[in-house]
Amino acid sequence: MYDADQNRTENRVGQADIKIAAKNVQVYYGETHAIKDVSVDIEDRLVTAFIGPSGCGKSTFLRCLNRMNDTIPICRVEGDIHIDNEDIYDKRVDPVQLRAKVGMVFQKPNPFPKSIYDNVAYGPKIHGLAKNKSELDDIVERALRRGAIWDEVKDRLDAPGTGLSGGQQQRLCIARAVATEPEVLLMDEPCSALDPIATSQVEELIDELKQNYSVVIVTHSMQQAARVSQKTAFFHLGNLVEYDETEKIFTNPQDSRTESYITGRIG
Amino acid sequence: MTDATASAAPDAAPRRGKSIVTQDTNTRKRNAAEKRFQTYGMIAIGIGVFFLVALTWSILRSGLPAFTETAVTVEFNLSQEQFDEAESQVLKTAAYEGFFVRALQAQLNEEGAGDVQVEEDAVGRIMGNVGSQIREFYRANQDQLGQEVSFTVPASSRVDRYLNGALSREDLTNSRFLEPEDLDIVDRLVDSGVMANAFDWTFITGTDSGVDNPGGAGIGASVIGSFFMMFVVLVLALPIGVAASIYLEEFAPQNKFTDLIEVNISNLAAVPSIVFGILGLAVFIQFAHLPQSAPLVGGLVLTLMTLPTIIISTRASLKSVPPSIRAAALGVGASQMQAVFHHVLPLAAPGILTGTIIGLAQALGETAPLLLIGMVGFVARQYPDGLASGLLDPNSAMPAQIYTWAARADPAFYEKAWGGIIVLLVFLLFMNALAIFLRRKFERRW
Repeated sequence: MYDADQNRTENRVGQADIKIAAKNVQVYYGETHAIKDVSVDIEDRLVTAFIGPSGCGKSTFLRCLNRMNDTIPICRVEGDIHIDNEDIYDKRVDPVQLRAKVGMVFQKPNPFPKSIYDNVAYGPKIHGLAKNKSELDDIVERALRRGAIWDEVKDRLDAPGTGLSGGQQQRLCIARAVATEPEVLLMDEPCSALDPIATSQVEELIDELKQNYSVVIVTHSMQQAARVSQKTAFFHLGNLVEYDETEKIFTNPQDSRTESYITGRIG
Repeated sequence: MTDATASAAPDAAPRRGKSIVTQDTNTRKRNAAEKRFQTYGMIAIGIGVFFLVALTWSILRSGLPAFTETAVTVEFNLSQEQFDEAESQVLKTAAYEGFFVRALQAQLNEEGAGDVQVEEDAVGRIMGNVGSQIREFYRANQDQLGQEVSFTVPASSRVDRYLNGALSREDLTNSRFLEPEDLDIVDRLVDSGVMANAFDWTFITGTDSGVDNPGGAGIGASVIGSFFMMFVVLVLALPIGVAASIYLEEFAPQNKFTDLIEVNISNLAAVPSIVFGILGLAVFIQFAHLPQSAPLVGGLVLTLMTLPTIIISTRASLKSVPPSIRAAALGVGASQMQAVFHHVLPLAAPGILTGTIIGLAQALGETAPLLLIGMVGFVARQYPDGLASGLLDPNSAMPAQIYTWAARADPAFYEKAWGGIIVLLVFLLFMNALAIFLRRKFERRW
């Protein structure tokens, strides 16, 4: 991990800033210790991938970053998670404001059973981002363009979002997430329900999104992690085993467990 | 262990190379069991359909006559002098009865049935107290004096039943209400078209009548009573039930206390309705001193009964909204309340509406608690003239009215009770159809 910092300064031009700093994070589901002492620094404007076998805690950790775990009564989070040097588990933090700043895209496309327009406009509406209808129209168009789905849906914004194909639905969900102008975008296996063509469309999109956002993506596909991410974290049994430049993780892993996983011996 | 392997081996071996065209014993047994089970199912459905048909048939057969009445229509012309003369007599109604008999006779002569001689006693038996009806009309509408007026006078319930075939001449041998000779007159009246069977609007719009006048009894007032009760139930039970369910389902922490509440709600749904009735009597009438027999109190009691139904169905429909919708709303920064009100509730609405309507339909047919709080009010004269009087004045409700009629001695009231059941069932069918319509219309769309 500390090597990673050095590598970064060597490999990258310019100074990347730390967007999310997690220190000694523990997560418990009742008696189960799901995340064990995870510390990780996530940088702004690049894609960080979380990989690891099922049940290793990567999704759980991701959900800590926008406090979605709050909705699970038995879940308890300890440790520090700072976004822009603010503790997100501070008592004064309203999770609603946090989630406006840290958007999320889920594993299964979950558009609201409303029109495409309303799907995207909902977030900006409840956060008061638009003063009038034409501003809202602009926001919706911008978000759909950034979600790389504008051309496909611009003629049928009144059609239900649930009527789109799976890949389109997922891009709609991404558009919905970026419509609220978040700074971090969390993606929980966004392509697991998609076919290869839709997957590559979403991956291209992720690559573009990193220009504006810090993107954190959980994925089961190591190829995907290799394709889209600049940094990769490998989780195993609730531990963060290794966190480094993606290239390094896949070519020269430091930990034997990482090596076993990426070569397909565990997982 | 050796036994097991020994017995397994010969079983497994013959399977190989066996024809699939001939059925083996095992398959034959399975197929027979399947056929048997299907037969049981069809028998069960057959029994159900048989009872449904029998029930419908008997309801229609017994109830439909309640919607029609036999009446005599007489063209009548009363002059001012006749009116004054009648009013000056001691037996005023008898005088009017005389006028009626003469008019009827005149009409019979006109229709070519002049051989029938009607006399006052027979008219009294066939049509009841005609004189007072005519007198009341002219006293209220003196401007009609000297004009042609068409009077429709209902025949007695026995004549009704004679014409429906429910009463035979032999039944009348010792009756003081109707004599066999009267039936000859009735036959001639029917033949000449003076007496006819017509739809009885009084039964739909009218109020309850005295025990000796089944022909004048109507279910209208109790329909209004039921309507006001349902109004109270809807206004109270829907918001309370939905609010309670949303809190329990979406916000409440999972602990011993909420578990206890949940168990109690499920139990309340199974509490016999008469228990709610006596509770309502104790709390609303004896303690809170709300007026007896008022639809308000009936509505409150039925609200208590309907609440568990609404809460259970609302929670079920909230539960059936996929959690991904909630996650999506929270993910874009909606508060929990926004997630519920903007996304979950609209999706759960058809289920909530269906549950509410079914709860209301149940409440509409409920009788036992109404008896305990005295909702068998005798509303013979008038309809409530507003919201307050509708809620607070004594009234009856449809099922209670049916119960009252069924308990009366005159068999004509028994017929009315069946007729009332038809009206009640029409309302219930309408509500269920509405529930189905709403469910179809707002079908889940995700």
